[in-house]
Amino acid sequence: MCDSCGCGQPGKEPTILKPGEHPHHHTHTHDGVEHSHDHDHDGHHHHTHDHDHRQYRKVEIEQDVLGKNNLLAERNRGYFEAKNILALNLVSSPGSGKTSLLERTIREQGKNLSFFIIEGDQQTMNDANRIKEAGAPVVQVNTGEGCHLDADMVNKAVKKLEVKDGSILMIENVGNLICPAMFDLGESSRVVIMSVTEGEDKPLKYPYMFQTSNLCIINKTDLLPYLDFDLGQAREYAQQVNPKLEFIELSVKTGEGMDQWYDWFKQAATPPQV
Amino acid sequence: MHEFSIAMDIVDIATSYSRKEKANVVKEVEIEVGQLSGVVVEALEFSLEAAVKGTMLENARMNLIFIPGKARCTNCAQEYETDTVYMPCPACQTGAPDIFQGRELRVKSLIID
Repeated sequence: MCDSCGCGQPGKEPTILKPGEHPHHHTHTHDGVEHSHDHDHDGHHHHTHDHDHRQYRKVEIEQDVLGKNNLLAERNRGYFEAKNILALNLVSSPGSGKTSLLERTIREQGKNLSFFIIEGDQQTMNDANRIKEAGAPVVQVNTGEGCHLDADMVNKAVKKLEVKDGSILMIENVGNLICPAMFDLGESSRVVIMSVTEGEDKPLKYPYMFQTSNLCIINKTDLLPYLDFDLGQAREYAQQVNPKLEFIELSVKTGEGMDQWYDWFKQAATPPQV
Repeated sequence: MHEFSIAMDIVDIATSYSRKEKANVVKEVEIEVGQLSGVVVEALEFSLEAAVKGTMLENARMNLIFIPGKARCTNCAQEYETDTVYMPCPACQTGAPDIFQGRELRVKSLIID
């Protein structure tokens, strides 16, 4: 998987930093594509201009484009399983309240549970600083021009974070309902967050994200009296796309419904009895 | 625009296979793009143009093959074409389609010398 997702320009690789760290300005000139042309100039220059005499052949390769990412995601998944880490991939549009949800969760549950956080954004350390303030170890992945996290970024971030056995790893993906849907990170579950200030038909507009998620959190329910948002309709649309999707309605601001969310991930973090 | 990183992966796959085959020239890369793969064909074409620059694929033809979405109803087994991942069965109106075609996103073949 390319590290320079979405850009291909030198110096725009994703950066993975802890709060307080500063990026080193390496002068790599990777552009995400390997340039190891195998010219065999062994003394002779055969400039024979044989364009029209080439013997073309067809090679069937049948390679899944996402195969490399999927393979690495499975490695991550195996690592999480072996270390009894619950890894959640939190996805949503920008502004649905992912970071606030994490802040409140860490403040209220951080005494009893061990949280580790990976923050994904195109730019800035803002979210990582907020999480650090809330009290959990965090690394910020800045994807540069990229629009999603991939399994390789998570792999590197996890190594930097030194996630402890038996902890809960929350991966806050880049705010975007389209691109992150295609990239498995190796998470145990995918959690899609929408808020009542968005349209009820988000699940129909962005079906891939809702289809690949296990839990849908509907946030900002404290605003319902001021809006025309129809909760039943939103759930119906989401279920149309993914009949197995679970729902939790909550307000990060007032705390209403947060217990359901805590119960959900505590349940998910309990290893199955063998 | 995840199509750009998809395009970079396609370039990676095609160049590494071409090298393995000791190719001097890549004439064509055949890519299957399913209607339900989550990739916009036009965006991928555009991204590939930029992604091949400076690689051995620079002059290769990118042959994008569009594969329409097809589903089988999990209730009555009716097969039907669909352009969404959730279109209910037209025969029995039940949801839960089993998509069996259209999710492809594959580098199928290379034409090389």
